[in-house]
Amino acid sequence: MQKYAHFKGLTIPLLLLLPQLTITVVFFYWPASQAVWQSFLLQDAFGISTEFVWFENYRDLFAKPEYYKALINTGIFSVFVALLSLSLALLFAVMADRQIRGAEIYKTLLIWPYAVAPAIAGVLWIFMFDPSLGMLARGLQSLGVNWNPRLNGNDAMTLVILAATWKQISYNFLFFLAGLQSIPRSVIEAAVIDGARPMRRFWTIVFPLLSPTTFFLLVVNLVYVFFDTFGIIDTVSGGGPSGATETLVYKVYSDGKGGTNLGGSAAQSVILLAMVIAMTAIQFRFIERKVTY
Amino acid sequence: MTFALKTLTAAGVFALAAASPALAQTEIQWWHAMTGANNDVVVKLAEEFNASQKDYKVVVAYKGSYPDTLNAGIAAFRAGNAPHIIQVFEVGTATMMSAKGAIKPVADLMKDAGETFDPKSYLPAITGYYSTTKGEMLSFPFNSSSMVMWYNKDALKKAGLPEAPPKTWPEVFEAAKKLKAAGYDKCGFSTAWTTWANIEQLGAWHNVPVGTKANGFDGFDTEFRINSDLFVKHLTNLANLQKEGVFSYSGRTNTGEGRFTSGECPLFLTSSAFFGNVKANAKFDWSNAPMPYYPDVAGAPQNSIIGGASLWVMGGKKADEYKGVAKFFTFLSDVDRQVKLHTESGYLPITKAAYEKVKASGFYKQNPYLETPLLELNNKEPTDNSRGVRFGGLVQIRDIWSEEIEAALNGQKTPKAALDAANERGNQALRQFERTAK
Repeated sequence: MQKYAHFKGLTIPLLLLLPQLTITVVFFYWPASQAVWQSFLLQDAFGISTEFVWFENYRDLFAKPEYYKALINTGIFSVFVALLSLSLALLFAVMADRQIRGAEIYKTLLIWPYAVAPAIAGVLWIFMFDPSLGMLARGLQSLGVNWNPRLNGNDAMTLVILAATWKQISYNFLFFLAGLQSIPRSVIEAAVIDGARPMRRFWTIVFPLLSPTTFFLLVVNLVYVFFDTFGIIDTVSGGGPSGATETLVYKVYSDGKGGTNLGGSAAQSVILLAMVIAMTAIQFRFIERKVTY
Repeated sequence: MTFALKTLTAAGVFALAAASPALAQTEIQWWHAMTGANNDVVVKLAEEFNASQKDYKVVVAYKGSYPDTLNAGIAAFRAGNAPHIIQVFEVGTATMMSAKGAIKPVADLMKDAGETFDPKSYLPAITGYYSTTKGEMLSFPFNSSSMVMWYNKDALKKAGLPEAPPKTWPEVFEAAKKLKAAGYDKCGFSTAWTTWANIEQLGAWHNVPVGTKANGFDGFDTEFRINSDLFVKHLTNLANLQKEGVFSYSGRTNTGEGRFTSGECPLFLTSSAFFGNVKANAKFDWSNAPMPYYPDVAGAPQNSIIGGASLWVMGGKKADEYKGVAKFFTFLSDVDRQVKLHTESGYLPITKAAYEKVKASGFYKQNPYLETPLLELNNKEPTDNSRGVRFGGLVQIRDIWSEEIEAALNGQKTPKAALDAANERGNQALRQFERTAK
């Protein structure tokens, strides 16, 4: 028996779809197509003189070592942030899922950082780790660590990774906790009766059953590190020192800032767009197969 | 319609018109980037101007940081919605002036509006930055400053140094080493605004070009010269001292300025506009001095260049609106108003008369640190190398330069290699700008 509703003709379905389609076209497709168009242009800031240059903006981009550096930075940054925030969130969720006193308080407090805007999260971490003002930075220095994110690229990268991870843990935690709570107790109890120890129970039962959540979070986290971490990088390091924390999305901003290189900036955002589409497609095509729903 | 009704309607319209004289006023939009006490200055100026006459009303709007304000202005222009006046920082000068049709040069504005305007009454060291090589004023200087060396008197005493601050770079390096030995072990000296201090001001102060074509004043086909001996020598010194912990890098903008007021860095090069902050926050005896120079460079010190922002008038507005803008600029140029702005907020005065008046009043005897930037700016008649810098896309180029300077300071590159790369990458950006600015 079919459960679909049937409409006669196309008018009503189209009408019903119209609001959603309008929003998608106006807010997604139209700006995206503008970016593609802009990426073929060489234009001054005020848009007074415009020259169509085909793929010159792209060629320029791939001729510059800074672009490859940003690519590598993005790779390092996203792998670390995604791995750290997912694994820490899973750890916290497993801990909070147990019968412990004050579990509600832990849960609530763990969710708070998500409400902090990225730029503010960046400022908070700078307060702690600024080599002149930061309490924790002073602690590190008194331990003999030469902590200086102003000039040391690795220090700066560590700092942005920490800040970006910290902010994302809450979100991941929330989903992992919900995922954990939806795993039937009976399965776990059966394993207990069979004599499986906690670690074994986790890896053979809980983790596979969580895989849809983990997969979803992986996609969301990658989109997060690619796009939403911009505010954190801007406030913590400004892409410095010497481009050590300049990721692809930050480079889009810094090249377009001041309106000096809109074409190059647009070309970068088009590439970024293509990359995220490709990544998401690959994830759905290959990784999703291994996910048990 | 009966007669009574007609009369009533007419009376109503008349009453409305009479009740709201504001309708007859011409509004002038002024977008700016000032925060805190400087924002109050902007608001107060607009209020005073509005109260001083009835025909025009200046409406101010804060649009964020300098780059944000510039971007907002550009976006508004593209949407056909630009304000009349927009405050643009000095590095945006070439971007603005290349946008023919988007802007109205101040000299033309004043002439068209029939306002009395004598370009010679303004301080050339300040207006020169915003004028054509022929001396026509393009934008109206608003908040101007220059770079000075702030110093902590208590620290100098503690390190057993003479009361007079070091004058030359070698003296600064020696003093900083002694300061480090005296307990200022994290930072003997430092600078804010890395490229402004170590490239743009360094070049002008030593009469050495930053770029060809009079630092870009004579055309957009200029090329950078920042890998010449002076710049390499200076960066080499900084990189070596960074390694020794005598110099300590403080970032690209002025976010590191707190290191002076907190007492961490006793010698600190930054804007003279830092004055208000120092006065409010430094808990030690302080003053400022002219920037250091290398005595082996012939003719040094030359003169410094300004920083800060100017007011640009956007193109395509009505003649009546331009008249209001012109009146507003005349209002800003008033001697007493300039004197007040300078002595209260620390902005540099823009007219000669205002400077002379403050000098004559003996104000600088009590507040010598407010005269330091003026002495630097007027130290010598500006040359092609010290009038200012005018490079398209300088906002982005400054970031490129900072990247390379950082690579030299953290030892990834030699100073020479870093400056070669900075020069080359800067030139690429210049060529790109040149193609779009026709």
